[in-house]
Amino acid sequence: MKALIQKLVEASGPSGYEGAVRSLIRAEVEGLADKIWVDALGNLIARKGQASSQGRKIMLAAHMDEIGIMVTHLDSNGFARFLPIGGVRPHTCLGGRVRFLNGAAGVIGSERLEDPGRAPRFEQLYIDLGVSERSASPVQVGDVAVFERPFLDLGDRLVAKSLDDRIGVAVLIETLRGLGETPHQVDFVFSVQEEVGVRGAKTAAFGLDPDLGLAVDVTANGDTPRGLKMEVYLGKGPAIKVRDQRTISDPRVVDWMVKTAQAANLPYQMEVLEMGSTDAEAIQLNRAGVAAGCLSIPCRYVHSPSEMVDYNDVTHAVQLMVQLLRQPVNLE
Amino acid sequence: MMSISEVGSTQPPEIGEAQIALLERLCNACAVSGDEGEVRKIVLEEIGPHAQDIRVDALGNVLVTKTGQGDHRLRVMLAAHMDEVGFMLVADEDDGIFRFDTVGGLDPTQLVGKPVWVGSEHIPGVIGAKPIHLTTADERKQKITLESLRIDLGLGNGKKAKIGDRATFATTFVRLGPSLRAKALDDRLGVASLIELVKHTPPNIDLLAAFTVQEEVGLRGARVAAYALDPQVAFALDCTPAYDLPVWDNDDGRFENIRYNTRLGAGPAIYLADSSTLSDPRLARHLMQTAQAAGIPYQIRQPGGGGTDAGAIHKQRVGVPSISVSVPGRYAHTAAGVVRLQDWQNTLALMYQALVRLTPEILAEEH
Repeated sequence: MKALIQKLVEASGPSGYEGAVRSLIRAEVEGLADKIWVDALGNLIARKGQASSQGRKIMLAAHMDEIGIMVTHLDSNGFARFLPIGGVRPHTCLGGRVRFLNGAAGVIGSERLEDPGRAPRFEQLYIDLGVSERSASPVQVGDVAVFERPFLDLGDRLVAKSLDDRIGVAVLIETLRGLGETPHQVDFVFSVQEEVGVRGAKTAAFGLDPDLGLAVDVTANGDTPRGLKMEVYLGKGPAIKVRDQRTISDPRVVDWMVKTAQAANLPYQMEVLEMGSTDAEAIQLNRAGVAAGCLSIPCRYVHSPSEMVDYNDVTHAVQLMVQLLRQPVNLE
Repeated sequence: MMSISEVGSTQPPEIGEAQIALLERLCNACAVSGDEGEVRKIVLEEIGPHAQDIRVDALGNVLVTKTGQGDHRLRVMLAAHMDEVGFMLVADEDDGIFRFDTVGGLDPTQLVGKPVWVGSEHIPGVIGAKPIHLTTADERKQKITLESLRIDLGLGNGKKAKIGDRATFATTFVRLGPSLRAKALDDRLGVASLIELVKHTPPNIDLLAAFTVQEEVGLRGARVAAYALDPQVAFALDCTPAYDLPVWDNDDGRFENIRYNTRLGAGPAIYLADSSTLSDPRLARHLMQTAQAAGIPYQIRQPGGGGTDAGAIHKQRVGVPSISVSVPGRYAHTAAGVVRLQDWQNTLALMYQALVRLTPEILAEEH
């Protein structure tokens, strides 16, 4: 599974431009699903199984897109100004390298700051593409790029850009691979434009009209020096979301996830996140409302070029997902 | 049902004196968000003879469906919003003095001293200012707040206005050589363009035209319009700020204007990203290729904030590939904007040509 994760995080897929990631995933799920299609906004949907009398229509969502940047201006000396796509923070940009979809690369520099102790604003940052004039620039206004950083395997811990949410994508692919028979119609949605406001999951949910939904995404953690106060730790198992800033998970879904983990003797943690949102928000509020929750992979340094997860949490998440989907679901 | 008259005119639309006169009527009309009747009346008058399926929905959107000819037609939604930013009277303080609130994005520091029209009768008034004779140096440094401003209608006329009435800037449309100056060019330019496209519809598409309400307060009309029309692709026609003032155009690299958004005279502004939408890359390619093939100038609106009706449309139902095309305009959301007539002509030409070349195959492309 590490090879799959590496392949996924090394692909470029800023929000709205998920094509390369979609092709990769499609090649992985071809042959595993009963039906595969791409919808109007670019969500890739892989359907497995048919809803039996004891089964449900279940939508699973992991987003293909990652945060990135878009060029807003090229000055006469060839420097490119840019804006973030999704939740990029300026202090993670300095010295960072970006890779455009057309292959061009650059490094992020900053205007001279009056107070070097304070993080710059995006208006003070630029991309140096190694050219000296506008006419030589390999990029144009509107071109998009992602942060570039090599995949790092530290044994139990994996470090990469875009683990948010390629790790969720990897979990869904492996869940599909390991699922076997299911009483449900399970739609594996690899969604677009999550980082800019859960847009892909919204339209996918409308089209699929599920009666149960689960997002698989990353969550923050509380186990770094003087970090966030939060009872989520790397390596203690996947986290069952109780709430985040925009979603209160359906308590029946939380209960189902907890009991399934206990019955299968799988490690898990309870997640209460004070910020953020996931595709579960869009699924829950779809049409007349959907019972929804989220399985989270604890992740350090989210939205930086070096996000870190624990590999055991990932494999346990796959096992839990398979257990959740193999049996009839009784939400009481 | 299709009728011959619906696909009768397939000549490209052109902007001449009649179209400019229509834009003048549209700009001088008052239609603050939620109170779009005055503009809706003009729209219905103009498009009445050119389409059979015209309806006004529950929120006040004008929805027009024109069925094309041939087997492979895309259902294409074009949206332009009828509403404009403005004011609402919220308290009657007697003697013709009214406290007011803003509707849509307006900067309170830009309101002071401006003449206004209030209500359906366009009662003239003014957002009064304290004369310089009476202000102190300290007062002149203070930021002007909305709470400190009042609309003054005069003693007699004050009786004709009531709480809840809307008000707009009292700016009359004028030609300035190659330019146009008016209030509410955002988005009467889009409305005027869409009227022309209803009159001149390429027959290869099913046109779903939406003259929308309440865009300036959160894309509300477009949201329900898109639900009802259920299109396959969508274009929002709008007017976007240009901040290309020559004083900033120092090209030595150090003081270069890097945040112009758009530039007057550089042609229609194609959106790639704003706060509400990441434009569908296939539609962006289509517009740029169309412009290049037809020899129409265009510019990329600087990716940034803001939003258009596309923001509501693209998330509707199962999703709608969407993009926005705007006429660049200086001084948006102030008392008077300035646009270049040629930019409007090029925007309409680009939209028409883009529709002519639009086929379902575009949705089969990788995006």
